[in-house]
Amino acid sequence: MNQTVSIQKRPPAQGTDRTTIVLLAALVVLLVAGPLLPRWAMFMLNVSLSWGTVVLGMLLLMRTGLVSFGQGLYYCLGAYAAGALHHFYGIADIMVMLLASLALAAAVAAVLGLLLAKYRSIFFAMLSLAFSMILFGLLVKTSALGSTDGFGLSAKTLAGITLGERWERYALFATTVVVAFCAAFGVHRYLSSHQGRLAGAIRDNELRVEYMGASVRRVIHVNYVIAASLAGIGGGLVGISIGHVDPEMAFWTTSGEFVFIAILSGTGSVLAPFLGATIFESVRSFAYEYSPNTWQLILGVTMLLVIMFLPGGLWSVFTRRKAA
Amino acid sequence: MNQFLAIVIDGIIYSSWLFIIAVGLTLIYGVMKILNVAHGSLYALGAYAATAFGGYWLAQGHPPMGSYGMLVLAAVFVGLIAGPLIERGLLRLVYGKEEVVLVLVTYAVFLILEDLTKLAFGVDPLSIPEPYGLLGSFEVGELMYPTYSLVLVVLSLLVAVGLALILNRTRQGKILQAVIHDREMSAAMGINVGRVYLVTFTVGVMLAALGGALTAPTISVQPGIAAEVIVLAFAVVVIGGLGSLGGAALGAVIVGMVRAWAVHKWPEVELFSVYAVMALVLIVRPQGLFAAPEARKI
Amino acid sequence: MAVVLEAKDLNKNFGAVTAAANINVQIGRDSVVGLIGSNGAGKTTFINMVTGYLKPTSGSIRYLERDITGLSPRQITRLGICRSFQIPQLFGNLSVYENLQVGVGVAARSARAKASATAEEWEEIETLIERFNLGGYRTHTAGLLPEGTRKLLDIAMAVAGKPQLLLLDEPTSGVSADEKFRLMDMVMSALKVQGVTVLFVEHDMEIVSRYTHRILAFYEGRIIADGEPEAVLRDAEVRRYVIGEHAPMHQDDGATNHG
Repeated sequence: MNQTVSIQKRPPAQGTDRTTIVLLAALVVLLVAGPLLPRWAMFMLNVSLSWGTVVLGMLLLMRTGLVSFGQGLYYCLGAYAAGALHHFYGIADIMVMLLASLALAAAVAAVLGLLLAKYRSIFFAMLSLAFSMILFGLLVKTSALGSTDGFGLSAKTLAGITLGERWERYALFATTVVVAFCAAFGVHRYLSSHQGRLAGAIRDNELRVEYMGASVRRVIHVNYVIAASLAGIGGGLVGISIGHVDPEMAFWTTSGEFVFIAILSGTGSVLAPFLGATIFESVRSFAYEYSPNTWQLILGVTMLLVIMFLPGGLWSVFTRRKAA
Repeated sequence: MNQFLAIVIDGIIYSSWLFIIAVGLTLIYGVMKILNVAHGSLYALGAYAATAFGGYWLAQGHPPMGSYGMLVLAAVFVGLIAGPLIERGLLRLVYGKEEVVLVLVTYAVFLILEDLTKLAFGVDPLSIPEPYGLLGSFEVGELMYPTYSLVLVVLSLLVAVGLALILNRTRQGKILQAVIHDREMSAAMGINVGRVYLVTFTVGVMLAALGGALTAPTISVQPGIAAEVIVLAFAVVVIGGLGSLGGAALGAVIVGMVRAWAVHKWPEVELFSVYAVMALVLIVRPQGLFAAPEARKI
Repeated sequence: MAVVLEAKDLNKNFGAVTAAANINVQIGRDSVVGLIGSNGAGKTTFINMVTGYLKPTSGSIRYLERDITGLSPRQITRLGICRSFQIPQLFGNLSVYENLQVGVGVAARSARAKASATAEEWEEIETLIERFNLGGYRTHTAGLLPEGTRKLLDIAMAVAGKPQLLLLDEPTSGVSADEKFRLMDMVMSALKVQGVTVLFVEHDMEIVSRYTHRILAFYEGRIIADGEPEAVLRDAEVRRYVIGEHAPMHQDDGATNHG
């Protein structure tokens, strides 16, 4: 095989790369186009971007070689944290609610991460599943939090500014867009840092990473907390935009859907989860409408096809074309 | 004292049920190293098939006692159809991939079977209560129990003893243990590993379906039961140690007793307690209570 | 002679099997030391103990006058002891460049340098690529490289950690006979620039005698000879038990099973 060798005679450029440019463009377009969008489209994009944020965390874990069947734990915690502020204290500020989502998810992950950082493969999947099912089990029996029904919530202000009927929707949308942008940009930068690069190294060979003087457990712990924080914020955003939270958010099938989107998207780029989540949400809303009993069938078949024929996920279609 | 007795008896009944729904999962993992998420769907298929078979039998006016035979027949039927179909049609193509990828593959099968079940049996709850009521009930002190539960306990004991005997006393069992121990070596020694996998998977599916078929008379069979059962089965096999038959039995007893205790003493933690035990065992002894040592790498 | 590494009364047992017995040795700065012995003689066990993969049953290991017995591989690496592996331990899905990038990055990070890529770091990677003659493979996936190149990359990654003491476990195993010397020339000249103390395990006596100042001969967990290459290779016990002139029967104890 005669592969052409790309000669890198200069240090890699430090400036803005293609991903950053796409991210910035998406940020501007979405913020500007937002007010023009019909209500249903805005809602769908809202949920897609929020789910994309959750799946972005999955991407980070999968880059590290870990598949979590329990991200629903943090998704649900984030949603309940935002909801509880409104429900119990009457706080209805988007910023404050999201901060609570982030803080609760990060705090719980910091503790559980100490344990989970020791686990790999199916044991990581199982233990993360057990933790999310514990939360599910607790919530369905907690009448103060509405048991199986959950409870409603809504946001009225953004950073203290009262929004009024007309801008409420857009403010939430804009917040979601900005949060998704920051998350994607942050993770993108993180992945090209020393610590971030260790993710792929750990996936390939933990022993060597330790023999280079880096702590595998510490990196996994940090990545786990980041992933959980993203899931928490995503949960908070979804809770606010749907206006309702319930224990189903912690049930393992919710985590399973995140896994699905992550596999569908691929881990090639931080843009992939958002693309995957948007496709997922659009297909889901049409499928619910026209053929509610074949939705999971579509998911399952798609998943098998991706695993067998497109192991890099949808994103690898783009990179393949670029290389050709 | 009465309450203690009630907890123990409930625990025994629940443990038996858990063992039946989980044993196929641990068998498949032990031999094939596949953590089969679709196990729950096969349980559900068994339950649905039981309502269809049993319902047909009773509607034809045959003797009601025969409906028990129909439950078992339903499980065998599901096993013989779905087992080879999934193993030959799909799993065969993905052997050798990482364990976690195999989890994803079976998760996809779970999703597919969820909807296929809905398409075949509809979304309305079905039931087949006759076998449950037919045997009446028995008393322990002041406590009343349906005799059907006793049948479940006896059946799960039979399954446990039967599997243990097959594994340890028969030639097929020895072959199975050889494959569990070292797949490549077994293949080199002339064991038809492909056939062992096919049979193991089919038996595993049959056991899942049997769990569903035997449960069908006691519940209303509807969408969603697969997702609930699979996580319970996970808890059971993880606690005992994945792939270990004895582990599944131990896990079933632990989960069964903990839940029975919770139901009587502290109903709020009923669901929570099961997963708390699962997490606890994973934390203290990640390989499950029946552990195996790790090999050196360099 | 400034002592870099000192092992005192080092013992390692795996159950009833003795993998290291009463090892006492001092390694001076800037020396190149060869470890010889048949399979199961205890060479890799020794390296595994020095680098923290195995904990000695008894005895102590001192590095630059500091007790490192029982420290983890990570802690030991951070102190300046790096190693390569008999079976190359690479990041199989990453490119050669990325493999080195990780190595250089970790070393920079533990030296409390900047958290992201710098021109300096790039220079370092390029230097390694040049010294180990990996230029033609920069963008190749590490997992798909030919064996000799994998070995080179594995060693280059150990060197990326800027070690003061470098342990190479069978650097030429799996490399074809005519390439062995080319590989060792390359490794040794790369290391000379860095001023590193090197310990390496080797089966090929020609290589050992060509590149080392000193040889430690292992047999059944003990060091049976220690000294200048010519002297050790002439030693009767070494000729008998290591070089195998009388092809003695010895048990493969399995405990130092390579790979």
